[in-house]
Order: sequence, then C-alpha cells, then structure tokens
Amino acid sequence: MKKRPTRKPRIDAQRVDGNAAAGILSELFVPDLTAARARCAGCGVTRTIGVLLVYAHGMGTVMRCPGCDSVVMRIARTPTHVWLDATGATSIAVSAPR
Amino acid sequence: MLSAGPTPRSPLASWDFTLRGADGRNAHWTWDEFTALPRQTTTKDIHCVTKWSKFDTVWEGISIDTLLSEAAAKGVASSPYVLARCDGGYTTNLPLADVMGGKAWIAFMYDGKPLPPEHGGPARLLVPHLYFWKSAKWVRELRFMESDSPGFWESLGYHNYGDPWREQRYAGDE
Amino acid sequence: MTGVGAAPRIVWRSANVIDVVQETREARTLVLDVPGWPGHRAGQHVDVRLTAEDGYQAERSYSIASAPEEPHLSLTIERLDDGEVSPYLSDELRAGEKLELRGPIGGYFVWDVATGGPLLLVAGGSGIVPLMAMLRHRDRALSTDTAARHRLPVRLLYSSRRWDDVIYRDELARLAERDTTLEVNHTLTREQPDGWTGFKRRIDRAMLEAVAWPASEQPRVFVCGPTALVEAVATNLVGLGHQPALVKTERFGPTGGSI
Repeated sequence: MKKRPTRKPRIDAQRVDGNAAAGILSELFVPDLTAARARCAGCGVTRTIGVLLVYAHGMGTVMRCPGCDSVVMRIARTPTHVWLDATGATSIAVSAPR
Repeated sequence: MLSAGPTPRSPLASWDFTLRGADGRNAHWTWDEFTALPRQTTTKDIHCVTKWSKFDTVWEGISIDTLLSEAAAKGVASSPYVLARCDGGYTTNLPLADVMGGKAWIAFMYDGKPLPPEHGGPARLLVPHLYFWKSAKWVRELRFMESDSPGFWESLGYHNYGDPWREQRYAGDE
Repeated sequence: MTGVGAAPRIVWRSANVIDVVQETREARTLVLDVPGWPGHRAGQHVDVRLTAEDGYQAERSYSIASAPEEPHLSLTIERLDDGEVSPYLSDELRAGEKLELRGPIGGYFVWDVATGGPLLLVAGGSGIVPLMAMLRHRDRALSTDTAARHRLPVRLLYSSRRWDDVIYRDELARLAERDTTLEVNHTLTREQPDGWTGFKRRIDRAMLEAVAWPASEQPRVFVCGPTALVEAVATNLVGLGHQPALVKTERFGPTGGSI
C-alpha cells in the first residue's frame, strides 16, 4: 500500500486529539506525555504528542500524525495489561522536571 | 462509527482487489471485473469484541471460495495463512481454512444498499464466525502467508484467532 | 509552577460531591471535595469512572472548570444522550454522594499566568469549560495586579446555540464588567434574543479577523469544543498568520456542542 503524500487532512468530526489519550498514557508514563515531542517514523516531522490525531476505537487508542496519517502510537487495554506500540515514533522527548 | 483512522475514500475507478501468493504471483480484479463475478447474499449474526452483537445482518458480495478458485486457475499458489491488507493500513490475519468453505466474503452491499465508506465501503472482508475486528474494512488485498503474521490488533494484545463462542478476545484467552 | 515531569503517578481517588449547580438546561457543575488532591493547572481534565452493579465500568473525561486557587474541584458536565455516563452525572448524582476520578491529566492544553499572553480563547459549547478554568485562574492570580492584567489581556470568542445555552453566562459578564482587560464576545448560532446586536453565525475567518488579536501580537491561543469547530477555527487562525505552535486545540469529538 503506497503511503499517502502529505496533504491537508479532511475534517473528521469523530476524531479527537492527543489530549484524549493523556489518561491511558498516564498508566504507562509518569510525566504527562501529551506535552512531549515525538518524531514521526512516517514523515520525519517532530510534533507535540498533544497534536496527534486520535481516532476513537472501542478496541484501543490509535494516534496518527496530522501531516502524513501514519500511526505514531497505538495503545490497547486488556484485562491484564496495557499494550503500547510506539514504533511509529522514532523518538520521544520529555522535558526534564524543573 | 469507531475506526482506527480517517475514513478512506477510494474512488471505484481506481479500486482494485488482489489475491497475492507468497511467491508474488497474483490475481487481481478491477471494480467492474470484481462485481461481475458470481455474487452471493448471506444473512449472518456479527459479534463485536466490545460485547455487542447484531443479528440477521444481510450482506452481498463475492465468496472467497470464488476468488480462490479464480486465483488457482491463474496459477496463484495458496498458503496456510492469509493477511488482509486495507486502505488506511489496517491488517488482520486468519488461517486459510477460516476463509474457505462458505465462511467468508468480500462484501460490498449491506442491507440491500452499497456499503458506505464509514462501514468499510467500497468493500470489506466479512468473516462472521470470528469477532468482527477480523472483518476488515476497506480491504484491498488478501496475501497468502507461509507463516502466521499477527495483524493490527492481534499484535497489540488481542487474540490471534478470535472465536466468539470461546470468548477469545485477548491474547492468552483459552 | 513546577514542570509536570515532577508530578506523582496519577491514581484513582474517591471524590465527595458537596454541591451541584445547574448552569443551563443541559449543563451542570459538580463541586467536589477530593481528599489528597495534588493540585492542577487550568486546562487539565480528570477521568471519571462509574461502576454499575454488575461490575461494568464506563469512563469519561471531563475538563476541570475550577481554578487551581479554588478550594474545591469543579467539573461542568454537559448532558449527552450517550446512554452511559453523562445522564447519570447530569440527572442522578446528588450532593452527599461519591464518584471515582483520576487526575489531573494533560500537560499540553494548559495555561497559567506565567505562560504569558495576550490570550485568545475560542470556545464552542461545552468547550468553554477548560477555558473558564483559565479565566478564573487569571482573575484570582492577578486580582490586585492591574499592570500584570494589562500585560496579559484576554479575548474570548464563545459560540453557543442560544442565549440560554451559554454556560457561565452571568459570571462571564461580571468578570468582563470589572476587568477592562477581558473582552467577551458571544456568537449565537441558532436563535438570538430580541435586540441582540452580537454575532449570529458560526465562527468563520471574518469573525476571527474581527475579534482576535492580530497575528503580529503573537497571542497564545486555546481553542476547545466540537472537533469540526476546533479544526475550522485552527485552520482559519493559521490562515490569518498565527503560528501553529501558538494555537493549542482540544477537540471534544462530535458532541452535541454548540454548532
């Protein structure tokens, strides 16, 4: 499947943004991750995680790059674990506490 | 409508569907060729992993058995597993045995009307005997695989097979 | 204000409902006492969890309406027909009862006076809630510092369907009346009272151009509400020259909202 080139995203009334993932991310990371910066493995652009587009899915949280639509992170909760796939981010940078 | 990404909008003029062998040889159909194949109507119950079920849903599409025999006639060799690949990047994996023998379709009509994009149109995989995440929306290819390759949710904690009768929702469920 | 990197792990806590305030027909504020609450920043939210008798759990996120300086935590809930959490919180929960919540959550969509300004706030419907926390915080933090208020002026553009749907309507009027550095602009998209001289349409580029600080002022911008409104406003602001990094958004999804 060819990757879509960067384009202006359509408005999709169902989607939300990284803020909506902050709760489940707090189960994995102590510092708030929505203020952290992630480099997208798809297009190489670094963005604040709060601006990633989150698509509501009953099965898990999927966070996509607003520029190229690649999946940057995906999270699922099962009865025994929280699963994280962050392979769509080549790096994540969290500010050091003051 | 819950979805892992934006709704893909695939114009029919450029839509195609491929059955791809492990050696790369493939059979492929344009929309017109695809919809000219003998089609079936089927009424099934569907089971979503988030615990709801919908009964007596009516679908129309091409049986995977039809596609498999067309592909075999073109010399595409099958393999024990398939991986469904979709617009938007979604994938799901199944044993070949679970898409044969009248158990699976590529569906393009729902309730007598063309399948809308929000529900997976132009066409989605339909495998009603497994949890509905296996009925991949916006399907474009079934790829034969020599070994099983976990798809989008199967690689993130969900069950690799997904039998609703045994409540196989998550990895580790018996 | 210390970086949130120093914050402890967020845990589920029990909160006591000490008061319930009906804001509009569809919106209600729950005033909560939360033992052990670690404090929060304006713009953050909490996750509320309800457990039914059969053990089924439902979770929803709600923006914190109260300023960090206030003694109790307030959440303003808009009643949505989602059949799960908000009808219970809107119709049934009473003072004296408890609910489970965790937070504060979020470090991106936050503002405090130390961040600076000028400040442009754009809200659609219940999107006003986190922005109200920002306004309440600014009011309390700068209550005696006129010079600071002039260095940190605020403009609010708030879209609602009707005058009676405007959440915090009277409080916004009071705040604006006694603070010349706060400007409140309403647009009522469905119905307006007799004699209404304000905006009567959905927020568009022309309205933003009329109300917002020019891009050259480099305002901090916070936009919150239904996804369609938020994305249209953010696109228009960037089109007017505002830097994307200064325009922060919080989408509430396809809610009943204002538009």
